[in-house]
Amino acid sequence: MPTKLVINCSTGERAEVEMTAEEVAQQEADASAFAEQEAARQAELDATAATKASAQAKLRALGLSDAEIEALVG
Amino acid sequence: MATHNLIQTVTVGAGGAASVEFTSIPQTYTDLLILYSLRGSQAQVYTQASLTFNASSTGYYWKMLQGTGTSIGNQAVTNGSSIGGFNGTGSSATANTFGNLRLYIPNYAGSQFKSCSINDVLETNASTTYMSLVAAVWTNTNAITTITITGANNWVQHSSASLYGIKNT
Repeated sequence: MPTKLVINCSTGERAEVEMTAEEVAQQEADASAFAEQEAARQAELDATAATKASAQAKLRALGLSDAEIEALVG
Repeated sequence: MATHNLIQTVTVGAGGAASVEFTSIPQTYTDLLILYSLRGSQAQVYTQASLTFNASSTGYYWKMLQGTGTSIGNQAVTNGSSIGGFNGTGSSATANTFGNLRLYIPNYAGSQFKSCSINDVLETNASTTYMSLVAAVWTNTNAITTITITGANNWVQHSSASLYGIKNT
């Protein structure tokens, strides 16, 4: 079982205790939720980057130089 | 003039710890500040962290803005079970580097909902790392007596946390 470092601010006492089943479940749920959110965020970033690259390729095919494309879309 | 009074500081020992928790926080200050230096064992450049007050798992609303050195992002959670969106370094970061985190909680002993802000930056010798700003509110009117920060994986040895009480003197 994972442990928790507990510091009592009134007494200064420190203890390393095992996390409860509920705390472990919460930790796992948080980690899973954050991983999902991170994956979704990364997918959105990847999609935006792909769209930008596609747009730049189309502009290049129209004859714009890289400098002109950079001036337009950054 | 506001003074910062060190209440407690703690360093994680050799075995690591999944969570660091301050309990029985004195109610004699106006604001709280915690400075964390955290490295976790998640196999990423970051180790995801979560924050709770008084061991409660309800009523957290938060918004995060983040830069990674190569991209930017944001994230929002309503009525979550903890406050997230911030990190310590992970095991893929340069060895022996730790993330710097600052948690500020104004009016923690009051009877209104509790707001807080978190900023963090991870340290690693690479072009991609994480810098986050989190603004959060806990929709609970109880005074904050316990603060817990938990990693997706263990916080490793030498991670530390220092809790300061702030008041006018």
